[in-house]
Amino acid sequence: MKREFKISLSPHDFSATDVPAVMRNVVIALAPAMAYSFYLWGKRAAFLYSVCVFFAYASEYAFIKIRKKTFVNDGSALVSGLLFAMTLPPSLPLSYAAYGIIFGMVFGKHFYGGLGQNIFNPALLGRAFLMAAFPAAMTSWISPLDALTTATPLSAWKFSGEIWETGKILMGNCPGSVGETSAVLLLLGGAYLLIRKIIDYRVPLFYLAAVGFISSLFYFFAGESYGSPVFHLFSGGLMLGAFFMATDPVTLPANFRGRVIFGAGCGFFTMLLRYFSGFPEGVMFSVLIMNALAPLLEKIPAKESFGENNSVKRERNR
Amino acid sequence: MNYILIFLGAAIVNNFILSYFLGICPFLGVSTDLKKASGMGFAVIFVMVLASAATWGIYHKILMPYNLQYLQNVAFILVIASLVQFVEMFLKKFIPPLHKGLGIYLPLITTNCAILGLTLFMVIKDYDFIESIFYAVGAGSGFLMALLIMAGIRVRLDSADIPVPFRGAGIALITAGCLALIFMGFSGMMK
Repeated sequence: MKREFKISLSPHDFSATDVPAVMRNVVIALAPAMAYSFYLWGKRAAFLYSVCVFFAYASEYAFIKIRKKTFVNDGSALVSGLLFAMTLPPSLPLSYAAYGIIFGMVFGKHFYGGLGQNIFNPALLGRAFLMAAFPAAMTSWISPLDALTTATPLSAWKFSGEIWETGKILMGNCPGSVGETSAVLLLLGGAYLLIRKIIDYRVPLFYLAAVGFISSLFYFFAGESYGSPVFHLFSGGLMLGAFFMATDPVTLPANFRGRVIFGAGCGFFTMLLRYFSGFPEGVMFSVLIMNALAPLLEKIPAKESFGENNSVKRERNR
Repeated sequence: MNYILIFLGAAIVNNFILSYFLGICPFLGVSTDLKKASGMGFAVIFVMVLASAATWGIYHKILMPYNLQYLQNVAFILVIASLVQFVEMFLKKFIPPLHKGLGIYLPLITTNCAILGLTLFMVIKDYDFIESIFYAVGAGSGFLMALLIMAGIRVRLDSADIPVPFRGAGIALITAGCLALIFMGFSGMMK
């Protein structure tokens, strides 16, 4: 008998969004902000990007060879290296950048079993490590105009009470980390990822909504010295964090309710740290805190199905 | 307001596990699943409150008037250990359900460094009685929080392909270090 159909094991329909495709799309989404950072910082940015990407690949390759596994270039090291470089101060010595990305890749990713199994975002963990190891180098900023030491909009607001013009912050022509300054270009990249359905819209939506809500509360009820919601939404690393760091699917809870809480929690901690901690910026720490809480958020039960009674619920919760 | 600050300071900013590194042994030992972690956490809150109340009395009413402060370590260890053992027996006899929940964890923490550390910090910071209780509740809640976070992570790690030398306590300690790095973000929040 001649078979009209093919028999094979599942999956029968292959998705176009495998890991390398996702990573390719993330790089495309980062491209405008990266191009702008080359314009802003010139050679410094180029050196930082290349050092970070090189050591991301080198540490990944070395670790996989030590474990005697096969190295597959899935692009995740490229994305981690680029994202990590974008969060660094442009004046950071290149050797520090190398230490940071090696720490992030080895401790943050490969000790946990590699791609898809890490608890924390490797790029942010590497940055937190640098923050602890080299606090002075990680908090000194240069102006894009004359390369003189200056303050970022957030640290100017926090430590001397000056508020930058919104226009300058929006365009990104201001001191800050290599790739974080241009909120508009990062929003453009985020929109691309949302349209291609690479990232879950819930995380950035609730992240930005929480930041906007909390900063408006403070601005309108506690005084203008707390900074306007527009200022808080577009300054610092918020856009980079909300669209590219917090949305890493590995470190998110799997359920939708958990993701909503994840996004809102990131916003809550960002504003808490911006207002009350010793640091002017809280995006990195807040995303990492929510990464740590993500496995607990996973326990939040999914929405109750229609007609579900208590015995079913008991069975599920066992 | 002062009490709330003491509570939050002890729970989050100066978390006993993640910034003082006290009580690491129960942190690694009972963080393997959420149920054990929460039982342990509540037992720690209970013992911390009890211990701080008792040692506050001992320090301020017995040791201080007779200039015997140099005996504080010996006195505190003895008092905490015997008190907790006594409470355990009391619970077993009179409140069995509570004993079932907390009982097995109580003997584990009678001589824990976090408890002794709490009472000694309380003396150094010169808290009055109510402040000491808030400090103890805060420290205990911070302990519970760190245990729950760790337990959540470790449940996920069970299915991860961790390199063999790092399985178990190794990855747990690395994770604890990462958590401590992250909690550094809260530093400077309370002067």
